[in-house]
Amino acid sequence: MNAYQEFSIIGSRPIRPDGLDKVTGRARYGADLNMQGQIYGYIVRSPHAHAIIQSIDCSQALAMEGVLAVMTGEDLPVPGDSVLGSGEGAIALKDLSPMVMSQGKVLFHAQAVAAVAATSPELAAEAAALIAVSYQVLPAVTNMHEALGADAPILHADRFPDGFPEEPTNLAAHISLEVGEPDAAFERADVVIEQTYSVPMCHQGYIEPHACVARVDAAGRVDLWCSTQGHFTVAQYTAALTGIDVGKVKVTASEIGGGFGGKTTVYLEPVAVVLAQKSGRPVKMVMDRGDVFRVTGPAPGAQTRVKLGAMKDGQLVAADVECVMDSGAYNGNPAGIPAFMATACYKLTNARSTGRAVYTNKPKIHAYRAPSVPQVTLGFELAMTELAAELGMDPLAFRLKNAVEEGDVNMMGAPYKRIGLRECLEVASTHAHYKAPVAEGEGRGVAAGYWINAGLQSSATLNVLSDGHLSILTGSPDIGGSRASMALMAAEVLGIPFEHIHPQIAATDAVGHCDVTGGSRTTLATGQAVIQAAEQCVAEMCRRAAAEWEVEAVVVTWSQGAAHYGEQSLTFEALARRAGTMGGPLTFSSSLTASSAAPSFGVHICDAKVDKETGRTTITRYTVIQDAGKAIHPAYVEGQMQGGAAQGIGWALNEEYLYDEHGALQNPGFLDYRIPVASDLPFIDTVIVEVPNPLHPFGVKGVGEVPIVPPMPAVAEAVYRSAGVRLRDLPLNPPKIVAALQEQ
Amino acid sequence: MNKPLNKMAVQATINGEPTAFLCSPGQVLADVLRDELELIGTKIGCNTGDCGACSVLVNDRLVCACLVLAAEVEGQAVQTIEGVAEGGVLHPVQHKLLEHAGLQCGICTPGVVIAAKALIEHNPNPTEEQARYWLAGNLCRCTGYDKIIRAVLDAAQQMREDAAV
Repeated sequence: MNAYQEFSIIGSRPIRPDGLDKVTGRARYGADLNMQGQIYGYIVRSPHAHAIIQSIDCSQALAMEGVLAVMTGEDLPVPGDSVLGSGEGAIALKDLSPMVMSQGKVLFHAQAVAAVAATSPELAAEAAALIAVSYQVLPAVTNMHEALGADAPILHADRFPDGFPEEPTNLAAHISLEVGEPDAAFERADVVIEQTYSVPMCHQGYIEPHACVARVDAAGRVDLWCSTQGHFTVAQYTAALTGIDVGKVKVTASEIGGGFGGKTTVYLEPVAVVLAQKSGRPVKMVMDRGDVFRVTGPAPGAQTRVKLGAMKDGQLVAADVECVMDSGAYNGNPAGIPAFMATACYKLTNARSTGRAVYTNKPKIHAYRAPSVPQVTLGFELAMTELAAELGMDPLAFRLKNAVEEGDVNMMGAPYKRIGLRECLEVASTHAHYKAPVAEGEGRGVAAGYWINAGLQSSATLNVLSDGHLSILTGSPDIGGSRASMALMAAEVLGIPFEHIHPQIAATDAVGHCDVTGGSRTTLATGQAVIQAAEQCVAEMCRRAAAEWEVEAVVVTWSQGAAHYGEQSLTFEALARRAGTMGGPLTFSSSLTASSAAPSFGVHICDAKVDKETGRTTITRYTVIQDAGKAIHPAYVEGQMQGGAAQGIGWALNEEYLYDEHGALQNPGFLDYRIPVASDLPFIDTVIVEVPNPLHPFGVKGVGEVPIVPPMPAVAEAVYRSAGVRLRDLPLNPPKIVAALQEQ
Repeated sequence: MNKPLNKMAVQATINGEPTAFLCSPGQVLADVLRDELELIGTKIGCNTGDCGACSVLVNDRLVCACLVLAAEVEGQAVQTIEGVAEGGVLHPVQHKLLEHAGLQCGICTPGVVIAAKALIEHNPNPTEEQARYWLAGNLCRCTGYDKIIRAVLDAAQQMREDAAV
């Protein structure tokens, strides 16, 4: 049962508090701050995808006028076996440190090997060219299947995944799960299908490149400004990577120009701090777009084999999923998630699921919106659609027959609470889009998707201002309108006007710890901290009003922004104005580790038309149906649904990392790595389903990530239905479609 | 700041104000706007003319400021995002973007505002398709463009209605 059942302002669509700054160009992003006396950092990058660094000579660069500092991997502590964070968020320093600066060996093209700071960006670039690095070049492997071959070059001779101790291989991880008796269940099944599907490595594609500026004072205190999804995480990582106490590192989050998971780590920040330390000057660093593609991000490419068994009546009885994920050069932990979550949408008591991660000479993969789930879902959901066709069933009816509901258990072992998959499937089945006949020459695909969603740590501080306005401080960077949801939630509890509430993102020294804006958690978890702090405020205001009226606090009620007892009332504003004589300043803080996270489900419907001459696919109609629990600001919930769908459509049709035989990325720019543009897409219709999350006071469920999960299988099916050729290897770009049509 | 030795003096009208600045011969307009004139609303997403975040108007022509040499704007009129709201009153495109929630992270927004304003000045009654092709040079990774296109069409309609009154 949710603490709040009826809402007055939640669910409305006010203009976001930071909107004015963002439409007028005043908002400051990562590259928009300059510190007095700043100089400029530049990174020297490896021209080889796999090499031993024999020597680095910085003397010529350092001798240049205007060059104030150089650094190499020797300036960073040796990572050893330390691990940062815990649980799902844990990362080994040896997987993080070389993504900032290599030590002794480079494992991918453009990996950082040295850095220089000079009085202008041009001078820094010139000086970087004078840093002489001598390499012993090794053979490189960028294809994960080849990387598992017997004669493949080994990236890490000292790493053995659990249970594989014999010989070093490029296997980074191997996870195998089983419930029930899948083999026996397959024997019993009336229909069994087995297919293999693949998805390429891609990039999050945020428009703002990584940027930061750092200052280190004489006492060794660090003042760091950067674009990040989590400045507390930046402080923790930067401290660990540089050997500076985290207590001396203050991080201020700039406005953030997109992240999608890709800005939950550090690349430039520790380098800027070391260069600032060495030079005694603030150091600014802005990453070049090409390097954003070459060395940050990518989401793993994957190959998924899916075997499904069903009875003639459409009951799914067995599943066997095997997913191989490309980890890049270090362990980005991509294998566990597909193993645990592949089957999450369906009632399956007999299932086997395997995830493997492989080292390749490419940048370490990083989180991208529902990390690793879109990849495995392409296989699982497309197989579901292929199986529905084999059974002669409607693909949505087949899914409805097998959809998980409250009490069902997935591979992770915990029973679902109140979830909304069935509701989404029912809405999809009766939606005008699904009811409409498929247009001549077009095809239609549907798919469902799941994402677990995170809770993690959040904090909020509310300061009641002397005129009855309210400032909210949180440590959660606002990546897509979360200031608006914080203000709405506070307004709901306090009953004061939305316009009187001023949410801000505070620096690490000004508010309690907040984990990253990621895992679809900010509105849920940081919002919950705001709700709790607002409830404290109401309690204190009622207590003060009770003291004024000389009654017990329990008889005072709060509604419409005022304390009430009988005929008497005291408004929020009156209590704020008189705070000084009624007990002092009104400031409330709440911190929590949220245990309220609940999974999200969505169902997408896609119509597409393939031009059989050119192979170009046009998405003609697209509908996203998703359970949001309770939509706080529906326009920004719809925005997440539309944006996630667009990213999934791009990944389905075009987006792909292309490497040459030497391991260099061939398309490191927006011209050749083509994300969807406005003319590639139709309007994306949305239906917000609201099945309240029983664990959250307002019923909120995370909404940001799950919309990228269903598009690839939905688009792939629509393309198949339009073109008449079944393609299971993405992206479905024109050359691939033309080749398949010709082969046919 | 960028301090090459060889500097040129350039005079231009920027957001309606006569402005003089120094730049090196190879410096692009986007860098001068941001680093010399502190007009940081012009964003740099790619520096190769692919993303449109640095869209500005030079003599009412829509260009990527990262592809224009600063010295080229000698004697020209440049409009950046900072010059769009007049006397603190938002342009209809800005207002409609806020109303429709046509921005999430906001990094593409200044470029979208400039490009959409140019579209409506060029074609007061754009179709959805015309708006989509006109804005195809402004990448947005957050929104899927749905609410941006709705906001632009709505702004165009409002401006037509305002003009008719």
